[in-house]
Amino acid sequence: MTAQPVVGVLALQGDVREHAAALKECDVRVRPVRRVEELDGLHGIVLPGGESTTMSRLLETFELLEPLKARIAGGLPAYGSCAGMIMLAGKVLDGRPDQHQLDGIDMIVRRNAFGRQVDSFEEDLDFTGVEGGPVHAVFIRAPWVESVSPEVEVLARVPEPEPGAETAGSIPAGAAGRIVAVRQRSVLATAFHPELTGDGRVHRLFTEIVRAS
Amino acid sequence: MTTSPESVPQTGTARVKRGMAEMLKGGVIMDVVTAEQAKIAEDAGAVAVMALERVPADIRAQGGVSRMSDPDMIDGIIAAVSIPVMAKARIGHFVEAQVLQSLGVDYIDESEVLTPADYANHIDKWQFTVPFVCGATNLGEALRRITEGAAMIRSKGEAGTGDVSNATTHMRKIRQEIRRLQNLPEDELYVAAKELQAPYELVKEVAELGKLPVVLFTAGGIATPADAAMMMQLGAEGVFVGSGIFKSGNPAQRAEAIVKATTFHDDPDVIAKVSRGLGEAMVGINVDEIPQPHRLAERGW
Repeated sequence: MTAQPVVGVLALQGDVREHAAALKECDVRVRPVRRVEELDGLHGIVLPGGESTTMSRLLETFELLEPLKARIAGGLPAYGSCAGMIMLAGKVLDGRPDQHQLDGIDMIVRRNAFGRQVDSFEEDLDFTGVEGGPVHAVFIRAPWVESVSPEVEVLARVPEPEPGAETAGSIPAGAAGRIVAVRQRSVLATAFHPELTGDGRVHRLFTEIVRAS
Repeated sequence: MTTSPESVPQTGTARVKRGMAEMLKGGVIMDVVTAEQAKIAEDAGAVAVMALERVPADIRAQGGVSRMSDPDMIDGIIAAVSIPVMAKARIGHFVEAQVLQSLGVDYIDESEVLTPADYANHIDKWQFTVPFVCGATNLGEALRRITEGAAMIRSKGEAGTGDVSNATTHMRKIRQEIRRLQNLPEDELYVAAKELQAPYELVKEVAELGKLPVVLFTAGGIATPADAAMMMQLGAEGVFVGSGIFKSGNPAQRAEAIVKATTFHDDPDVIAKVSRGLGEAMVGINVDEIPQPHRLAERGW
């Protein structure tokens, strides 16, 4: 691809501006997407953090759901953070029964898995495919990945606490070792929010996927 | 992988608190007083609900001291929906806030809609893991709340009226004062901080960013899809709707229409379409007709 790729950010609700800012640093053109015609000519799409049930409902109401799902099934590179990860999953646990899935990654995701807002936390973690040391991950009422099919590559997990370390942190029981970043073909998802930290490496990874597609 | 991350996970950081509000942007937060209303709000696409005992219009009509809601009622709402649940504490009532945190609410609104518990001090919000949203009528007030630890600001408007005029005034005022700071030479920011009665560092940050360092929502008197869209066009990043929904003729449909109008706030065709056939809006009262001492926006300082 020679020209600047056009990457959409689903702009129905959520932290659209932060994703747009992170993408602009990666030398791509950014387009907010709220209407079907805005999918035309996209080379990739980001599904932002926000409230997955709200976005799911608006996707359906404004008739974006099926076209977007079809584009992703057809190979459109996509990246979802938090609510975006939930929407990209094939199946969601603890969601609303009428919640719609874009089915971009063959995985089961548990919504609000780490608990309520008082359990939201930030922590460093290793991220396969991201050079230059650990990624600082911000988890906000975040999901985690319950299970993945063999085609899905696991890129990051919540670290196990250091043996003998003070348990100063208070991440919920059962969180350690959970899968929080995955990739299947050209679809990427993180349970946390790289767009909130100013560390552009995950967005750079995604735009490299877009350029290679 | 050879490098092992060493940092310890941390909850309740400013980033996690402010980040939570970032996720609500472009959305509508609805006042609810029962689990059934909470479900209607969630079904309509609310990004969060605000649990309270009486909507502001009823607080206004019934009078008396207005306090934090019954924990049973908050538990019921938390159990009924999967979206975030907010709840209100009285201004300065740090024990109500402790109780709400213990109940597991996702955000506390230190709200002028309830009767203040302290006429001098607001809650020291840094002491909490749960984040706070506070009301403001102008930039100085917003920055004082942020100094005390608020992770989100909403313009106050005049709650329980269905009259959007004060929300408009407060949004315009906050944005106007931000624009003024952006245009000031650096050496005049010191006096600007003095005039705003806010810390210099924060004033300087706002002058550089051209926005608050936290998310800015609007509240108080929003009753129609067009009201919500206007506030978004005036620079709000999302909308609180209180009495406007469940005091109207057809709450479910109105709630959904306000959600859609908030997303498509810049598209009059969509706003026109969703505004049709909503039935009666809340009757409302004109802010002008409310005697000064009964105006809620003037609580908090």
